[in-house]
Amino acid sequence: MRYLPKSPAEREKMLAEIGVASIDELFSVIPAEHRLRRELDVPRAYAESEIIDYFKAAGAKNATDYTSFLGAGAYRHYRPVVIDALVQRGEFLTSYTPYQAEITQGTLQAIFEFQTMIAELTGMDLANASMYDGSTGAAEALRMAMRVTGREQPVIAASVHPEYREVIHTYDRHQELPATVVGYDRETGRIDLAALEAAVSEKTAAVLVQSPNFFGVIEDIPAIAAIAHAKGALLVVSITEAISLGVVRPPVEADIVSMEAQSFGVALSYGGPGCGVIAAKEKYVRQMPGRLVGQTVDGNGNRGFVLTLSTREQHIRREKATSNICSNQALVALMATIFLAVYGKEGIRELAEHNLAKADYAAKTLSSQSGAKLLFNGAPRFNEFVLQTDESAAALSERLLENKIVGGVDLGRWYPELKNATLWCATEVITREQIDAAAKVIAKQPVEA
Amino acid sequence: MTNLSNKRIRPHQTQNEALLFEISSPGKYAYKLPALDVPAVDAAALLGQTHRKVSAELPEVSEIEVVRHFTRLSTWNYAIDLGMYPLGSCTMKYNPRVNEVVARTEGLAEAHPHRPDSLAQGSLEVIDLLQRCLTEITGMDAITLQPAAGAHGEFTGILLVRAWHESQGNARKKILTPDSAHGTNPASAAICGYAVETLKSNAEGGVDLEALERQVDGETAALMLTNPSTIGVFESQIARIAEILHAKGALLYMDGANMNALVGKARPGDFGVDVMHLNLHKTFSTPHGGGGPGAGPVACKAFLEPFLPLPVLVQDKSGTKHWNYDRPKSVGRVRAFYGNVGVLIRALAYILANGPEGLRQTTEDAVLNANYIRRKLEDLYELPYQTGSMHEVVFSDKRQAAKGVKTGDIAKRLIDYGFHPYTVSFPMIVHGALMIEPTESESLEELDQFIAAMRAIAQEVEETPELVKTAPHSTRISRLDEVQAARKPILRWKQTA
Repeated sequence: MRYLPKSPAEREKMLAEIGVASIDELFSVIPAEHRLRRELDVPRAYAESEIIDYFKAAGAKNATDYTSFLGAGAYRHYRPVVIDALVQRGEFLTSYTPYQAEITQGTLQAIFEFQTMIAELTGMDLANASMYDGSTGAAEALRMAMRVTGREQPVIAASVHPEYREVIHTYDRHQELPATVVGYDRETGRIDLAALEAAVSEKTAAVLVQSPNFFGVIEDIPAIAAIAHAKGALLVVSITEAISLGVVRPPVEADIVSMEAQSFGVALSYGGPGCGVIAAKEKYVRQMPGRLVGQTVDGNGNRGFVLTLSTREQHIRREKATSNICSNQALVALMATIFLAVYGKEGIRELAEHNLAKADYAAKTLSSQSGAKLLFNGAPRFNEFVLQTDESAAALSERLLENKIVGGVDLGRWYPELKNATLWCATEVITREQIDAAAKVIAKQPVEA
Repeated sequence: MTNLSNKRIRPHQTQNEALLFEISSPGKYAYKLPALDVPAVDAAALLGQTHRKVSAELPEVSEIEVVRHFTRLSTWNYAIDLGMYPLGSCTMKYNPRVNEVVARTEGLAEAHPHRPDSLAQGSLEVIDLLQRCLTEITGMDAITLQPAAGAHGEFTGILLVRAWHESQGNARKKILTPDSAHGTNPASAAICGYAVETLKSNAEGGVDLEALERQVDGETAALMLTNPSTIGVFESQIARIAEILHAKGALLYMDGANMNALVGKARPGDFGVDVMHLNLHKTFSTPHGGGGPGAGPVACKAFLEPFLPLPVLVQDKSGTKHWNYDRPKSVGRVRAFYGNVGVLIRALAYILANGPEGLRQTTEDAVLNANYIRRKLEDLYELPYQTGSMHEVVFSDKRQAAKGVKTGDIAKRLIDYGFHPYTVSFPMIVHGALMIEPTESESLEELDQFIAAMRAIAQEVEETPELVKTAPHSTRISRLDEVQAARKPILRWKQTA
């Protein structure tokens, strides 16, 4: 096997040094009846070129020549090439969690920079080193709010990503913590503030909203925060489209922000790995889940970075830890850090403005076709919008696919009251030509080659 | 500092590098957007109150500065690509480069999770093949690849346990975890709403069968057991352990962190395990990346299959694959979408590169290496347990501690010899543990250098203990003040006035 650096003679020599006659003697501690007496039934060993061919063939079975208007929690953005060039340096790629600070300062400083950038973007005081993804991050953020408030009940907006809500349900169902779901305003797509006010009580641990929400609509965070805080509940804001923070006001009134940072230079990769992260007000830091990197000094006064506040974590606190998380998404957080270094202060705004422009053009163009209209036009949005058509979502999707276009996500799957409604996304990588082609299909016109 | 007794390393210069924010200056940039082909918009007018007026203070640097910054930072890290990384329980093996290439295959890397199943058949095929390989390797009947890491897998596995007990009429109240367990085990059990009860290990560091019989009762949902254990020993009474649990209606959960000792040699499904997780970033060579991403698939016996998280991959008669959401007994979703698919691709590439013989040989070499180290160091370092080692060996610092030198000091001194330390002070049942897992990826030469370093350090402990206690002496920075870091946490950079 080409990954194994030993000759048969070396193996023999080592067995002799150990003092056993054969390798199987070392496995004799496994009772004979439990030992496998045959080779595993997995594919034969492939040459490197065969491995590449196999995955190329698999990739080709995924349609690659379609225009896609899909968003809904996973976003296609341009990925600057330096990201992959740098994260593939073996010193980053093949190092472990930086427990030995003297020889992992590279990873530690990069995480410190990530934490700083996320705090800046979200308007929070600090951020952790990453969570698995936006969905598990949101569930953990709610748990954090419960620990802070000593209350158990979350109030969740129906306009939070439906899969995130399902994950939260899975996390909480065995804790007997019934969540109250608050609906949305049919005109604006924003959370129904009157219903929210009615739902929040002295028992509410936190209000969870997403902004931009699942319909692409930007929530009125100050108004929501006022309602939550009036009853002593925390406000947790989930962000699935991180690029929005370039141009959308950060949720500074929130207590905790849980973000999916996949948009920052991370490939879609069929939904994972992404990069969750939790940011919060400083006073809640000791209830934070996940790893934190802090600045300190060594014996000679040199600045250095270490994993810190680890008494929150499972390897110290075991069943009393703030979370069971151990591995996180470090390398993906590094991708995000490099992405944000490339775009920088001005670039992230310009990039966000391009998204705004593309989505604005797409929303206007697609909704001006006969039989189509925009839903939730009464509130600002970022790079997603909801289109309602006379035609069913399934029929429209089929006609779009015939023209090699993957249209918006069918919202009827989660919101049966939204008939024939699809959620579209236009990021900076979508072209005017592609938008115009989709418009023609919606208008039932033949699309030219 | 040093009269290093091996020829492994000599010092070299590393560059200093400030924080990105400190090299930033207004007007520098590293990006260029394409010309906008749609009308520009007035963001302030479109967004109104929700418009961001003050930009985030992100750094402003040019492309060469970005490249140099992260390249310089990278040189401050130790890595598998540089040398042996014998962190016990972490399985720091070679991360093949072809894995990185195939994970970036265009059609796979660009696939959007919401695309119709019909346009994702390639991704689904990869997931299906990996599912089949891993169920065969574990000897289990069904699997989910969705959990994002080992601890997430534990959470998912215990949810399955809970759902099954509920279906039997009683969710039960407690989970047993040995005192030698990873901290994630009790933490995961607690998240699933279970009380955690510790099971004391016996004199050999294994499960104490009498204690187990005493503690398992009608309210015990499961035992979470790492096998081989965290001291690198196979629980030879595993069948009896399963029997004791099953007799009381409790289940056996296996933490598969140490599966690198078993692949191709023994299968948990064949020795009584009901449900287990794997760490693809350990056994199956996907890179740790400084702490993640990982993947923690959960494999189970058929009776737990109905409870697997949503969605589950199915195949129709024509061979077309679909995600199935119609699973009324499911524990629900454990994350958005379908898992860390990019990590799954890498793990499958590893399995394909190895084939059946390669996987078996890999396990044999991992066990060979650990036993070789044990043989070569057992005269100088205390072996708390005499039972045969599998893929890792655990010593204690008992003899060195008599000279005032602790396992953490020896670990830091190893850095001066050009190695990453072993796992320090874990498992907790061994006082002053040195937990060494070489993996199969080390050549005889590398192992001999490591052994020489450990022997030299043992001698230093006798002759110049201060040298060891103040190590490392060769790094960019010396030991950091962790107390100050925790007392007044500085968790982000701030502009100083």
